Amino acid sequence: MATTTTTQPVTLSNEEVLRYSRHLIMPEVGMEGQLKLKAARVLCIGTGGLGSPLALYLAAAGVGTIGLVDFDVVDFTNLQRQIIHSTADVGRKKLDSAADKLQAINPHVELVRFETRLTSANALEIFRDFDIIVDGTDNFPTRYLVNDACVLTGKPNVYGSIFRFEGQVSIFGTKEGPCYRCLYPEPPPPGLVPSCAEGGVLGILPGLVGVMQATEAIKLILGSGDPLIGRLLLVDALAMKFRELKLRKNPDCPACGTHPTVTELIDYNQFCGIRGEEKPVESQVPAISVEELKQKLDAGDDIFVLDVREPHEYQICNLQGYLIPLGDLPKRVNELDSSREIVAHCRSGVRSAKAVDFLRQAGFTKVKNLSGGILAWADKVDPTMPKY
Amino acid sequence: MKVLIPTPLRQYADKKDAVEVSGATVSEALKNLTSTYPDLRKHLYTDDGKLRAFVNVYLNDEDIRYLQKEGTPVKSGDTLAIVPSIAGGKEELCKLINKNALFDS
Repeated sequence: MATTTTTQPVTLSNEEVLRYSRHLIMPEVGMEGQLKLKAARVLCIGTGGLGSPLALYLAAAGVGTIGLVDFDVVDFTNLQRQIIHSTADVGRKKLDSAADKLQAINPHVELVRFETRLTSANALEIFRDFDIIVDGTDNFPTRYLVNDACVLTGKPNVYGSIFRFEGQVSIFGTKEGPCYRCLYPEPPPPGLVPSCAEGGVLGILPGLVGVMQATEAIKLILGSGDPLIGRLLLVDALAMKFRELKLRKNPDCPACGTHPTVTELIDYNQFCGIRGEEKPVESQVPAISVEELKQKLDAGDDIFVLDVREPHEYQICNLQGYLIPLGDLPKRVNELDSSREIVAHCRSGVRSAKAVDFLRQAGFTKVKNLSGGILAWADKVDPTMPKY
Repeated sequence: MKVLIPTPLRQYADKKDAVEVSGATVSEALKNLTSTYPDLRKHLYTDDGKLRAFVNVYLNDEDIRYLQKEGTPVKSGDTLAIVPSIAGGKEELCKLINKNALFDS
C-alpha cells in the first residue's frame, strides 16, 4: 500500500531496532512491517481532538514521515481533550506544540508542517507527497474537501468524526471502497445542526476515535488485518456500545462512481450552504451592554432578565434570570409579559440574539439582547463569576 | 421494532436513545416515529416528504438505499438505525448556525 518517494532504501539503525522491538517480534509487523512504517508518509489534517492521539501514536509506531496541517493556536479550553498540547502551550501555534511532543517521542520521524487552512486551492498540492490522509477536522466543508481531494489523488482517507459522546470511523477513498459522498451525498444545511447548547464533547471521545484512526492507518501501511473499508464503525462511549454498518460504493456517486462529475475541487462553503460574510443576527437586534444592564438593575429599574441557556449552564453561573432554554421558547412564550422590559441573555450573545429576534417577530417591542452574554458580564461587571 | 436515535436527534425524541415502533415497512416505522415525536420530522424529512440526504437509515446493518429504500419490509426484532453525518467541533457549530436555525418549519 505504501509507496516510497525516496530513492534510498529504508533501513533501521540498531537504535531503531531496539526502539521498535515490541513490533519486530510480532509476526503481524516484523522487520518487513516496520520498514513499511518507516517508508510511509501520512498526512494528519488537524492537530486537535482527533489529531492529538492520532499523531502521537503514529509517531510512536515509527511512521517515517508525518505531515501536520493546522493554522490554529492552542486555547485553554482545548486542554480538556487535545492531549498533545499542555498548559504551557496555551497561546502557541498548535503546529509548534504538536511538533515538539512528536519529536520528543520519536526523533526519527520527519515532520512536515503546513501552517495553513486546508482549501480547494492547496489541498491537491499538499496531498501529493503523502500516501495516506487522515481526516481529523471538525466541520462539514472540510470533510467534503478532504474526500474529494482523496478521490481525485487516489489516496485513502481514514475518516473519523465525533459528536458529544458518539463517534464514527471508516476508511474512504480506496479504489474498491466507498467514499464519504457515497455515505453522505449532501451535507446538512446549517439550520439543522444542533445549537451551541447541545454542543460540548466528552474529552475522552476524540481519544477513542483518534486512536482507531491511527490503527486503521497503520493497518493500511502494513497490509495487515481487516481495514474498515466498506464498514462504518459507530461508537457510543456512554453506552460503550460499538456497532458496525455496511457501506457500499455507490455506482452513481458524483465523486467516485462510474461516471463521476466531481473533476475538480469546488467551493465547499457554498456546497454546505454557509453564506460566509452574512451579518450575524446579533447585529440586527436591539441590544444593551452589560454595563448598562448593571446600572439599570442597581437603580431598581423593573427589568425582566430572561436566560435562554440550558439548565446545566445555569448551574455554572447565572444572573438569576428566568430560565427558558432557547429551544423551548416557542412553546413557553406565554410565560413572558410583553408589557415588561425584557433583557435576554445566553453565554455569549448568539442564542439570545435569536431569542430577541423571535420575540420581536412574535410582537414583543420591549426586548433587548445582552451583548456578549454572561461572558461579557464576567469580564466587565463581575470578575468573580466563572467563565466557561 | 427498535429505532435507534442518534445523539444529535435525541433532543427531539424526549432524550431517548431508542424508541419502540410498529410498522410493516421502513416507511411505516418512521411515520410511527415522527407521529410520536413530531419535532423529528423536519430533521428526517424535507418539506416534500423525502428522507434527507445526510440522514441514512439502516435496517440491521444494511443501508436501506441498497434494499428497497423506504419500502423495505421490516419485522419485529429488527433494528432501524438513523445515522446522520456528524463533524464535531463546538466552535464550528456556532459558525454554521444561520439566523433561522431553530425556527425553520
